[in-house]
Amino acid sequence: MALTDEAQSIRTEEMILNVGPQHPSTHGVFRLVVKISGETIIEAEPVIGYLHRGTEKLAEDLQYTQIIPYTDRLDYVSAMINNYALCHTVERALDLEIPERAEYLRIITMELQRVASHLLAVGSYLLDLGAMSPFLYVFQERERIVQMFNELCGARLTYNYMRVGGVKWDAPPGWIDQVRDFIPFMRKKLKMYDDLITGNEIFLSRVRGIGVFNTETALAYGLSGINLRSTGFDWDLRKKKPYSIYNRFDFEVPLGKNGDCFDRYILHMQEMEQSLRIVEQAVEQFPSSGPVLGKVPKMVRVPAGEYYSGIEGTRGELGFYIVSEGKDKPYRMKIRKPSFVNLQLLPELLKGQSMANLIAILGAVDIVLGEVDA
Amino acid sequence: MWNWSGASHLTWLNGLAMLIGTVIVLLLALGVVTYTIYAQRKILGWMQGRIGPNRLGPFGLMQTIADILKLLIKEDIIPEKADRSLFLLAPILAFVPSFMVLSVIPFSRTHVFTANISIGLLFYIALSAITIHGVMLGGWASNNKYALIGGMRSAAQMLSYEVPLGMSVLGVALMAGSLNLNTIVMSQHTGWWNIVPQFLGFCIFLVASTAELNRTPFDLPEAESELIAGYHIEYSGFRMAFFMLTEYVYLFAMAALCATLFLGGWSGPFLPGWLWFAIKVFAFIFFQFWIQNTMPRIRADHLMSFSWKVLLPLSLFNIVLTAVFKTIV
Repeated sequence: MALTDEAQSIRTEEMILNVGPQHPSTHGVFRLVVKISGETIIEAEPVIGYLHRGTEKLAEDLQYTQIIPYTDRLDYVSAMINNYALCHTVERALDLEIPERAEYLRIITMELQRVASHLLAVGSYLLDLGAMSPFLYVFQERERIVQMFNELCGARLTYNYMRVGGVKWDAPPGWIDQVRDFIPFMRKKLKMYDDLITGNEIFLSRVRGIGVFNTETALAYGLSGINLRSTGFDWDLRKKKPYSIYNRFDFEVPLGKNGDCFDRYILHMQEMEQSLRIVEQAVEQFPSSGPVLGKVPKMVRVPAGEYYSGIEGTRGELGFYIVSEGKDKPYRMKIRKPSFVNLQLLPELLKGQSMANLIAILGAVDIVLGEVDA
Repeated sequence: MWNWSGASHLTWLNGLAMLIGTVIVLLLALGVVTYTIYAQRKILGWMQGRIGPNRLGPFGLMQTIADILKLLIKEDIIPEKADRSLFLLAPILAFVPSFMVLSVIPFSRTHVFTANISIGLLFYIALSAITIHGVMLGGWASNNKYALIGGMRSAAQMLSYEVPLGMSVLGVALMAGSLNLNTIVMSQHTGWWNIVPQFLGFCIFLVASTAELNRTPFDLPEAESELIAGYHIEYSGFRMAFFMLTEYVYLFAMAALCATLFLGGWSGPFLPGWLWFAIKVFAFIFFQFWIQNTMPRIRADHLMSFSWKVLLPLSLFNIVLTAVFKTIV
C-alpha cells in the first residue's frame, strides 16, 4: 500500500519533443511535435511546409511544357513518373495519339524509376532502423539506373524527359541492351537484399505488427499505393484503370495481409520484382524504329474544361487536376500528392507507440518531403 | 620485466616503475584506439563497397590523428542552461575508468604493466561500471531532451547487461579457481582455451559485451536515427573526443578481456605472446565491426527483456553447469 501511495505522489510530467526539422530520420525537412510521457507518445503533430515552393501557383504562369521540369522536383526520387503524370493529363485532355516507341520508352523509364525509388525507400528505411550497409548498397544498383537515365536524357535526378505527346530524346544505340543486361543483375541483387534483410530477427521484431491499420482506415484517410495495398486491398491503377500500354504486360499486384510495417517493406521488394518483369517484356516488344514524339501542335492549348487523371506513382496515386480556359497556361492546377495524403494517417498511427517505433512507422509510411510540401 | 606479482609492498623503485608502466599503457591505448578507428572506417568502407579514408598520409593513415587534432582545437562550448560542473565532470568520469581497467590486463607473459592484483577480474567489472555514471551525468547535465533520453537508456542498458556479463565470466573464474587474470591465462596455457569448455559462457559474454560497449545492434543510447547522438549530443570539441575515446578504449579493453578470459590470452604456438594477444584482440574488434555492418538496431524494450529473460537465466545455468562439472571431474 505504501508503495502505491509513493508511486502516486511522484510528480511526472509530459514532455514535448521536437523531432526535426533537422533530424536524420525525417527524410528531409519535416517536423514532428511529439508529446511524450517517458518514452510513450501521447500525441504527435506533423508540421510541414519547410520545402514549400508553390508549384501549383507557379504553374498558372507557365505553359504546359514549361511545367514539366517543376514536376521533377515534387517527388525527386521518382521524377520520370511525375513527368508522365502531368503529360498524361494534358494528352488525355488533347486526346493525342502517342507513338509506339515513345510509349515503350515511357514504360521502361517509369518502371526503372519505380525500382530506383523503391530501392531508396528500402535502403533509407533500414538506415532508420539502424542498419547502415543496405543504404549504401542500394546506391550501387540505383547508380546503374541513374547512369542509364543520364545517357537517355543528360540528367541524373531531374530528368525533364517526357513531353506532351511523347518523349524528348530517342534511346541512344545500345541503350536497350543495357536495360536488358540490367534485369538479371538486379534480380540477383534483390535476392541478396532478401537474404540480408528479410530474415533478420532483429529487423522482424521491429517491424512485425508495428503501425497496423486496416483497409477501412486506409480508405477513410484516402491512402493509396503500398500503404493501401499492405492492408490487402487490391488497388493498383496500372491494373484498375490501365493507362499508357500497361494492359499489354503480364504482371501481378503484390498484396499485404496485416497492414503492418513489415508488409509495407516486403511489398516494396515484391513490386521491384514485378517492375523488372514489366521492363523485361517491354524490352522484348520494343519497336525497332519509329518516332518518339507524336503530332503535337506548336503551342499546347488545352480546351476549356476540367481534367483529372491519376497514375500509380511510387508512393500512391499521383494525379494532376487541370482547370483550363482554353489558353496555353492552366487556370488552376492541383496536384494529388500521394505522400501528402499518406502522411495524414501518421498522428493516428503514432498514438500510444514508443519513441523507437516512431521511426519505424514514419519510415514505413515512406514520404518524400518534396512532394508533401510541393 | 614488468611484473610485480612478487612485490609484496610498495617501494620508491617499483612505485616509479609503476608510473612508467601507466604512461606506457596510456600511450599504447591511445595508439591502438587511433588505429582502431582507422580500421573501423576502412573495414566498414570495404564491406560497404566504399574506399574509406585515403587522403591524409599513405592510405589515409593520418586521418584519425587529424580528426582528433581538429576536435582538440575546436571551441569549447558549454550550453548556457547546462549544469556546468556536472557537464564538465561527466566526460572525465566516463573516461578515467576506461583506462584504469587496462592496468590489470596481461598483455603477454612478461607484460603486466601496472597491477597484477589477485582480484583482477572483479576489478575490471567493478571499474567499468563507473563509466555509466559519466554517461548518465552527461545526458542529465546537458539539459537536452534527446541527451536525457539517451542517458537514461544508456544507464538502463548498461546496468542490465552488467549482470549477465559478470555472471558469464564467473564460469571462467570457476574453471581457473582464481580471479587473477594471469592465473586464468596460465590455466588455459596448460589446458584447453576457455572458449571450448565455456562455450555457452563465451556466447553470453559476446552478446553482453556488445551491449556493454553500446555497439550495434545494441547502440540505442546513441541511436543516430532516433536520438541523433544520444547522451553526448551537446558535447563538442575535446569533451566529445573524450566520450569517443572512452568508447574505443573500452572496445580495446573488452577485446583484451575477451582474449584473456576465453581465447587463452597471450598463449599460442610459434608466435611471441604479445603478437598472439594482438591477433586475438583484433579478431574480437573485427567481429564487432562486422556485426555493426550487418545488423539493424534492436528496440529498447526488447533489449531489456532479452537481458533479463534470456541472458541472465542462461548465464546462471552456465555457472551451475560449470560448478557441477568441476565437482565431478
